[in-house]
Amino acid sequence: MALALTEEQQILQSTAREFIAANAPVTHLRGLRDGKDATGFSRDLWAEMAKLGWAGLIEDEANGGSALGFGELAVLFEECGRKLAPSPFLASVVLAGGCVRAGAPAELRNPILSGVARGETLLALALDEGATFAPYAVTAKAEKSGDGWVLTGEKTFVLDGHVADRLVVVARTSGSSGDRDGLTLFLVDAPAKGLTITRTTMVDNRNAATVKLDGVAAEVVLGTVDQGADVLDPVLDRATAVFCAEMLGLMTEAFEHTIEYLKTREQFGVKIGTFQGLKHRAAAMFAELELSRSVVRETVSAIDDDGPDVPTLVCVAKARCSDAVSLIAREMLQMHGGIGMTDEADIGFYLKRARVQELTFGDASYHRDRFATLQGY
Amino acid sequence: MDSLESFRQEIQSWLEQNCPVSQRQLREGEEAVPWGSPQFGEEAQQWLDRCAAKGFTCPSWPKEYGGGGLSKEQERVLRQEIGTIGAQVPGGSFGTHMLGPVLLELGSHEQKLRFLPDIAAGRTVWAQGYSEPGAGSDLAGLQTRAVRNGDEYVINGSKIWTTGANNADWMFCLVRTDPEAAKHDGISFILFNLKSPGVTISPIELISGASEFCEVFFEDVRAKAENLIGEKNKGWAIAKRLLQFERTMISGFGAGPGGKRSGKKKRVAKVYRAMADMALQYQPQKDGKLANVTLRDQLTQNEMDTICFTLSTKRAGEEAKAGAGPGHTASMFKWYATELNKRRQELIMTSLGSKALGWEGEGFEPHELAQTRAWLRSKGNSIEGGTSEVQMNVIAKRVLGLPD
Ligand SMILES: Cc1cc2nc3c(=O)[nH]c(=O)nc-3n(C[C@H](O)[C@H](O)[C@H](O)COP(=O)(O)OP(=O)(O)OC[C@H]3O[C@@H](n4cnc5c(N)ncnc54)[C@H](O)[C@@H]3O)c2cc1C
Ligand SMILES: Cc1cc2nc3c(=O)[nH]c(=O)nc-3n(C[C@H](O)[C@H](O)[C@H](O)COP(=O)(O)OP(=O)(O)OC[C@H]3O[C@@H](n4cnc5c(N)ncnc54)[C@H](O)[C@@H]3O)c2cc1C
Repeated sequence: MALALTEEQQILQSTAREFIAANAPVTHLRGLRDGKDATGFSRDLWAEMAKLGWAGLIEDEANGGSALGFGELAVLFEECGRKLAPSPFLASVVLAGGCVRAGAPAELRNPILSGVARGETLLALALDEGATFAPYAVTAKAEKSGDGWVLTGEKTFVLDGHVADRLVVVARTSGSSGDRDGLTLFLVDAPAKGLTITRTTMVDNRNAATVKLDGVAAEVVLGTVDQGADVLDPVLDRATAVFCAEMLGLMTEAFEHTIEYLKTREQFGVKIGTFQGLKHRAAAMFAELELSRSVVRETVSAIDDDGPDVPTLVCVAKARCSDAVSLIAREMLQMHGGIGMTDEADIGFYLKRARVQELTFGDASYHRDRFATLQGY
Repeated sequence: MDSLESFRQEIQSWLEQNCPVSQRQLREGEEAVPWGSPQFGEEAQQWLDRCAAKGFTCPSWPKEYGGGGLSKEQERVLRQEIGTIGAQVPGGSFGTHMLGPVLLELGSHEQKLRFLPDIAAGRTVWAQGYSEPGAGSDLAGLQTRAVRNGDEYVINGSKIWTTGANNADWMFCLVRTDPEAAKHDGISFILFNLKSPGVTISPIELISGASEFCEVFFEDVRAKAENLIGEKNKGWAIAKRLLQFERTMISGFGAGPGGKRSGKKKRVAKVYRAMADMALQYQPQKDGKLANVTLRDQLTQNEMDTICFTLSTKRAGEEAKAGAGPGHTASMFKWYATELNKRRQELIMTSLGSKALGWEGEGFEPHELAQTRAWLRSKGNSIEGGTSEVQMNVIAKRVLGLPD
């Protein structure tokens, strides 16, 4: 397994970095926020990214993709994470796209995925119902009706749900909340009857939606009825892994900014970076960052190698990144003093996004618990 | 078959024939750590001698200096295979991990021939004469004097915290050869025999009950001038280089007992499986899980930290090979590994409850008594080889470029 970036990955990284710097620096996100943009990201920018091949990066060549791996995908997520670049990348390509890739019937799979790879079709996954991540805690119901199903229930925190053309909805076909068995994944068109999607504006100016299902008719099942978790689990692991790369990007940028500030800001007639009270904390952040980078690399390369330890590595990566991104974002604010409290500086954007990242796909204690359970203690 | 694969097979059959069965078990805790001079039993000595004859104690050193002349890849295969049978490369010491690498880089050909083969064969035990009563973290503040007299240096002063000096044959020592020069500019790095007249060694007992530490006094001790390494008064650079090797060695212990061996990932999993089993044995359970959720969470966190740490050392290796090494990471690894090991020891103590509080005699299993002492010894990890605070200063300054 490769922990160091390959030469090709390094090239991808520098192209992505240039592209993001030119097209999606933090001012881009700030502009969307200040303009109360209804989409929450730029469709033009997403079209540009798709043109660069990002939306089809892991898609088969037959569907217009370039069939690269999660190692490459992670490189892009890290660069997006650095500048908080908003896009439907995660929701459409990795999350809901992943469910379609793994579970859709052949005649639907390819047309949908080639639309996703062109950046034209947008997908979203409607899973969460409560205030914390618990993928099996599903009460939304699907009941048989003729050849199809009828869905009722309510979903929260549906990333980019408000712009999705199609939703992947996780509903219960048997069992009770918390059971792994009895989940089924349905593909639903966004304008379906009985479906209400309401955008919520999140603290980080990104998008999540609440989705109400009031007798929505669904015909397409992804995977097998009652065995939806077989499709969902690996998709969530993969999405979590690249999301960790995004977190890595955020913390890297926040860290570098902070170190730069410690080298330039003067108080008491000296650079504040001379104070050991800040130095040692900077050193501790450095270790957190380096350890996070190692485990993220290992996790995405384990995915590409289809290694058996993907679930445990995902736990390690997400727990580590959640703790590290939180620490580094908080220290960034503190070490900038009063300026960090102002909206004018970008620091608050990093802090807010970090808080959302910490929680998305489960926080550190969720993943420690999952890891301990997987290990049997 | 590729040559590495045939090398592997060669090693496998050599090990099968040469490694005594009694040596095919992992040595844990203090025993696995090359401080001072381990006392070898008969079969351990035999295993050491056989390895030394092949140069396997220092696999990548040149053959003429007692090494194995192996490539990095071959060395890795060797370590893997030794790890697979549960043994370890014998004879790890201050000589193999610290002085040897420094001599290889900076010693003259004669000095290498004179000292390295004895180190590789485990014939000479070395002590590190760095710290002094008034110069610990501020190592360059050292006062021990060496004055040239003909083809000898005459040494006066004292050292403290010298691990294993009472069992050592030789010392690599930092001495001040120019008292007028600035602090870092008058130091030299010299080697001499600890059995020389004028050397007095008195052991200091540690909190773990061991007495591997010594105070060492020098009164007109004579050292041959030819055993000064590098240039006179330029010893500070050598001293720092050796510290990098020392930190790397110490950070190897962070991946759990025997963490430097091969199959690290499996090894980490094994170590933590054993820790969890122990916790499950000594602590209450609920539904087959540890009922103490805090302990369960901390054990998991510690295991995760160890996994991340191990991956980081591996990544540093890969990146160094690709020429993109971050450099100066030895301090980061030293700091992190030793703090991690201390946390691990605290957790094992918590897991064992009052069973970890025994000191000697009845009522405790041998492994419980050993645990008490391992915990106490681990406290030295973040002091020896430069304290955690000093490592963090180094990271801030050298890695992050923060101003003085
Ligand atoms: C919400 C809010 C309300 C405020 N209200 C008022 C007000 O009403 N009136 C008013 O006059 N001011 C007010 N302030 C300003 C406040 O007093 C300053 O922000 C504060 O003193 C820090 O100064 P600074 O922002 O310049 O940060 P800096 O002094 O530049 O500090 C930057 C970083 O360096 C660290 N640092 C600085 N010196 C040292 C040192 N010697 N050792 C170790 N670390 C050091 C700091 O702790 C900080 O982490 C307010 C600030 C805030 C955030
Ligand atoms: C188990 C063990 C084995 C050892 N083996 C050897 C050996 O074989 N040979 C040898 O020469 N030495 C050896 N040492 C000595 C070791 O190198 C010193 O103990 C160490 O360098 C610290 O020095 P000190 O004990 O004088 O503590 P001090 O330097 O007095 O430090 C006291 C405290 O102050 C802190 N401090 C000091 N300076 C700074 C600073 N600039 N910034 C922030 N904090 C600071 C330290 O971190 C520490 O917490 C050993 C030590 C131990 C514990």
